[in-house]
Amino acid sequence: MAENNVETTGLMGWVDRRFPLTKMFKEHMSEYYAPKNFNFWYFFGSLALLVLVIQVVTGIFLVMNYKPDARFAFESVEYIMREVPGGWFIRYMHSTGASMFFVVVYLHMLRGLFYGSYRKPRELVWIFGVGIFLCLMGEAFFGYLLPWGQMSYWGAQVIVNLFSAIPFIGPDLSLWIRGDYVVSDATLNRFFSFHVIAIPLVLIGLVVAHIIALHEVGSNNPDGVEIKQGPKDKYGRPVDGIPFHPFYSVHDIVGVAGFLIVFAAIIFFGPEMGGYFLEYNNFIPADPLKTPPHIAPVWYFTPFYTMLRATTSDFTWVLSAAAAVAALALFAKGKLSGIWRLAVPAILIIVAILMKTLDAKFWGVVSMGGAVVILFFLPWLDHSPVKSIRYRPSWHKVLYGIFIVNFLILGWLGTQPVNATFTLMGQIGTVIYLAFFLLMPVWSRLGTFKPVPDRVTFRAH
Amino acid sequence: MIKKLLGALALSLTCTLAFAEGGAHLDRAPDRITDLSALQNGAKLFVNYCLNCHSASSMRYNKLMDLGLTEDDIKKNLLFSRDKVGDLMTISMTHEDAKKWFGAAPPDLSVIARAKNSNFGPSGVDYIYTYLRSFYRDTTKKTGWDNTVFPSVAMPNVLWEMEGPRSYTRVQVHEVADDKGAEHWERTTTVYDDAGFATVKNEKLADYTGEASETGRFDSADAKSFSRFESNVADLSNFLGWMAEPGQLARKQIGVWVMLFLFLFMFVAIRMNHAYWKHVR
Repeated sequence: MAENNVETTGLMGWVDRRFPLTKMFKEHMSEYYAPKNFNFWYFFGSLALLVLVIQVVTGIFLVMNYKPDARFAFESVEYIMREVPGGWFIRYMHSTGASMFFVVVYLHMLRGLFYGSYRKPRELVWIFGVGIFLCLMGEAFFGYLLPWGQMSYWGAQVIVNLFSAIPFIGPDLSLWIRGDYVVSDATLNRFFSFHVIAIPLVLIGLVVAHIIALHEVGSNNPDGVEIKQGPKDKYGRPVDGIPFHPFYSVHDIVGVAGFLIVFAAIIFFGPEMGGYFLEYNNFIPADPLKTPPHIAPVWYFTPFYTMLRATTSDFTWVLSAAAAVAALALFAKGKLSGIWRLAVPAILIIVAILMKTLDAKFWGVVSMGGAVVILFFLPWLDHSPVKSIRYRPSWHKVLYGIFIVNFLILGWLGTQPVNATFTLMGQIGTVIYLAFFLLMPVWSRLGTFKPVPDRVTFRAH
Repeated sequence: MIKKLLGALALSLTCTLAFAEGGAHLDRAPDRITDLSALQNGAKLFVNYCLNCHSASSMRYNKLMDLGLTEDDIKKNLLFSRDKVGDLMTISMTHEDAKKWFGAAPPDLSVIARAKNSNFGPSGVDYIYTYLRSFYRDTTKKTGWDNTVFPSVAMPNVLWEMEGPRSYTRVQVHEVADDKGAEHWERTTTVYDDAGFATVKNEKLADYTGEASETGRFDSADAKSFSRFESNVADLSNFLGWMAEPGQLARKQIGVWVMLFLFLFMFVAIRMNHAYWKHVR
C-alpha cells in the first residue's frame, strides 16, 4: 500500500501518514473560517466546553473518595471536604461547575435564539445542542442525589414520583427507576452509575457531534449572514471569515479569564452562593422519615418545576381550550395538506378531551417535559425571513424581552413555597412560555423586517 | 442601683423578640470566626456541654490544632471518652436509645451551622446564637424547658447554670370569642418565672384595630452573669460555624491570591487578543 502524501516531515509526518492529525487541526482550528464579527455572546460555547472538562476532571477525583452507599455517602462528602488534601477545592469546583454549566448553557442557547443559529442549514447543530441540554439536566438530576442530603433525597423522591403520573405504566415505571418503593441505597447506586458513566458518555458523544455538525455548516454570526455565500479571496477563503486559530483561540482565552474570575470568586468567597448553588438543607443527612417543609429543586430546574406545579386541574381547562382552539384554527386556516389537515386537528381534539380525563399531574409532567422538548422543533417553528434579531421588527425584540423576563420569573417562582398568587403567576408564565414557541409560526413572519446586509458588520479593533 | 436597673432595662430591650410569620426573629451573632481565643473557648464549651448527646462525627479532635491548640492541650483538656487525638468526635449513645430517651435523636453537629443558614438571610451561626439564648423554664414541658426559636424542642437548656435565673414574658394579641360567640381582641400576657411557673393575665382590648401579634421578652435577674453567658454562647456559635467548614479561613486567604492571579491573567489575555486582532480589517 502506498504511503499517504503529506506536507509535514519528521515525527508529524510519520503521524500524519497514519492519522489525519494535521488535517484535523487545519479543518477544525487553523483553517476553520469563523465570521469576524463574533461578539460577547459567542464566548459561551467555548466556556461550556471548559466547564465540561472541569466537571469531568473534578468528577474523576471526587469518585476516588466518594462512597455511593446510603450509609456512608453523606459522610464521605464531608470527608472529601475536610480530610482529602485539596478535596474542598475539587468539590466546590464540581458543585459550582454544575451551576455554572447551566449559566453558560442558558446564555449559549439564548445566543442561538437571538441570532437564529438554529435555522437552515444548522438544524442538526441545534438538535444535538438540545440533546446536550437534556443530558445535562439528567446529569445534574442524578448527580444531585449523590451527596445524600435532605434536598438530594426529597428532590429525587419528588421527581421520580412524577413518572408514576403516567397513565397505566406509571407506578411500575417509577418503581423500576427507583429500584425500591422509596428512594434508597439501590436508587443511589444506579443514579451514581448514570451520573458517572452512562450520561457522560452520551453527553461527550453529543458534544462531538455538535462540533462536527457546526464545522460542517460553519458558524452563524450576529448578523445572520452566510459568510460562505459572501465574497472570497483568491484562495477561495471567505473574506468575512477569519481562521479560528489563532484569532478566536486568543479571543476565547479572554472569555476564559473572565469566566474564571467569576468562577473563582464563587468558589473561594461564596461556594453556597447564598443557598442557591449548594442548598442549605442539603447539609442535613437524608432522612426518609422526615419530609422537609419546603422542597425546592436547584435554581436551574426551577422554571420547569414551576410549570409542573402550575398545571392544576383548573389550569388543564385552559390547556384543553387552547388545544381545541388550535384544532379549529388549523382546520380552518392551516396550511397543512392532505390527510394532515384532518389528522392534526383530530389529534388536538383528542388531547383536549384527555386533558380533562387524565390526572392533572400527568399534564404537569407533559408541560414540564414539553417545555424542553419543544426546543427540538425550533428550527421549524421560526418562519421569519431573517435569522438575526438585529433585522427583526422592534416588537419582536419586545417579545424576546418578555420571554426572558418570564423565564426568570418562572425560575424565581420555583424557589418559593406555593400559594394562590404564585400559582396564578406560574400559570400565566407557563402560558407565555408555551405560546412564545407554539405561536412562533404565526408571529415570527409578521411585521416589517429590516434589510439584511450582504456582508457582516465588522468594526476593526 | 440605678445603674443596675438601667442595665436590666437595656438587656430586656435587646432581648425583645418579635415573631414574624414562620419563625422567630434571629439576632445577629458577634462575628468571632477569626478570633482564635473565642473559638478555643467555643471548642471547650462544645466538648463539655454538647458532645455528650450530640456527635460531630466528621470532626477529628486533632483538627482543633488549627485553632492554635497543641496535641497536649487537647489530650489534657478535651479528650474525655477517647484516647487518641486523631479520633472522630463520636458519642456512645445510639440513635435508638436517644429516640427512646429524648423523643428525637440529637442531630450530628458537624455541619449544623451550614444547615441552619438561610438563603441570603441570617446565618446558621445567628440561628444557634439566638436559639441557645432563647430557652425559658416551663414546668408543663417534659424537660422543664421550652424555647422560643424551636417551640417544644426535645433538648433541655444545658447551659442553664451559666445563664442565671431568667423569666420570660410573652404578650399575645389575638381575637377570641366570648360565650355568645361575639369576637373581640384580647391581650394575653404570660409570665414564666425563673422556676417555670406561668402566670396568665387576659385583658380585653376595646378599640383595637391592628393585627394579631406575638412578642416575647426575657428578663435576667443577674445581668452580669447573663452577659458573660451571652459572650460564651457567641463563642460556641462561632465555633460551630468554624467546625462546619474548618477550611473556610484558608479558602478565603487562598482566594485573594487566586483572584490577583486571574486579574493578571485577564490583563495578559486581553493584550494578547489585541495584539492578534489589531491587524484584522
